[in-house]
Amino acid sequence: MYGNGYISPEETAKQKPDPLAGEDLQQLALFEERIARGEKIEPQDWMPKEYRRQLIRMIEQHAHSEVIGALPEGTWITRAPSMKRKLALIAKVQDEIGHAHLLYNAAETLGKSREAMINDLLSGKSKYSNVFNYPATTWADVTVIGFLIDGAAIVNQVINAKGSYGPYCRALERICYEESFHLKQGHDALVHLAVGTKEQRAMLQDALNRWYRPIIHFFGPSDKASVHGTLLMKWKVKMASNDDMRNQFLDQYVPKIRELGLDFPDPKLNKNAEGVWEFSDPNWDEFFATINGNGPCNAERLAVRRWAEEHGRWVRKALINPSQKQVLPLS
Amino acid sequence: MKSFDPRVNRIKPIEEKTEMNIGEAWEPYEVFHQKKRGDHHIHVGSVHAPNAAQALLFAKEQYGRRQNCVNMWVVRTADVTQFQYDDADIFETAIDKEYREAYGFKVRDKINAYKKQQTESK
Repeated sequence: MYGNGYISPEETAKQKPDPLAGEDLQQLALFEERIARGEKIEPQDWMPKEYRRQLIRMIEQHAHSEVIGALPEGTWITRAPSMKRKLALIAKVQDEIGHAHLLYNAAETLGKSREAMINDLLSGKSKYSNVFNYPATTWADVTVIGFLIDGAAIVNQVINAKGSYGPYCRALERICYEESFHLKQGHDALVHLAVGTKEQRAMLQDALNRWYRPIIHFFGPSDKASVHGTLLMKWKVKMASNDDMRNQFLDQYVPKIRELGLDFPDPKLNKNAEGVWEFSDPNWDEFFATINGNGPCNAERLAVRRWAEEHGRWVRKALINPSQKQVLPLS
Repeated sequence: MKSFDPRVNRIKPIEEKTEMNIGEAWEPYEVFHQKKRGDHHIHVGSVHAPNAAQALLFAKEQYGRRQNCVNMWVVRTADVTQFQYDDADIFETAIDKEYREAYGFKVRDKINAYKKQQTESK
């Protein structure tokens, strides 16, 4: 599961006025022709510095989201309401960590070490998907995460799997295959509450109310006008605008909530005559505040991660092979 | 920090800076997965491990936990030798490679012509 390739304001500020300055124009032309032909770029290929930098940022952020995303759900493994739900949740959480591994690997092929990526997560330098900075306070939250957050992630990942960077596409294909199970088990658990007792329905509606805004935030602020986006779209690093992905998600999932006689807490949430979903102002200030460290769970998520790294260190160190070589994964 | 998860409340937060040192994530191994007897082993990705035995264990967890699998290989990435994509033109040895293919050899017309000639000369 994942949030979008969010580009923070600091990131935009770091952006050079000419991201192609100093590039070999002949190589650049060949590179762009290859992408235009629909061919993939492989790790050993020549690529512009900006392409490499943006991909590392995006894939790394995706990997961190998988690691951190396992925390709110992992909390519920010991409290799952039945053996079947517990088994499914354990399997899902294990998948998420597996996805992080696949993604770190894809990012490593671009030249950033796994250790450096983990360090940037721990120091707060790298971002991860904003939704995981909110708590999962009831079992209904777990069903909403499993169905709607994973559903949103799949929209994003299916689109990005058609991108230009070979290792990222391969990782995403495998991830999408596994996430079809996440979505199904999430839907099953959510429907179970929706058709259950009054109390179960109320618990689910409460979870939908709390998760609505983070879900609208999930794909990031509107980026249609961004110059930054245009180059990334041309290079097939970014495959669709944030608004288009959000619209596709709402189109697929709002009816699936409404058919259960439930709804999101937004009277303005409706599809207009042009087929575009409209919604109330989701308070982007809250989104920026959360992603910059001031959400309800940011401190807790990183504290748990730091603790795990510190307490796992002796195992990693005891196993280190003195003759090991620092090489990049192949693909 | 007060968490909703009692386990989180029990941990003692790490105050000092936490960092992984280079090498702590071990080194990559490439993983090959055989779905059933008789199939080729196919490359599915890689794992990080301190040695081959550990790499097999991680490969099983990472790539063998769902689909059918009867066997796996792991190979140290550092030991793999490969061509460069920039040299891909070396595979373009000749424009016409019919002489390497089954379809490049057709005898039926010759046989028919020969048979016809034999019949006519009788």
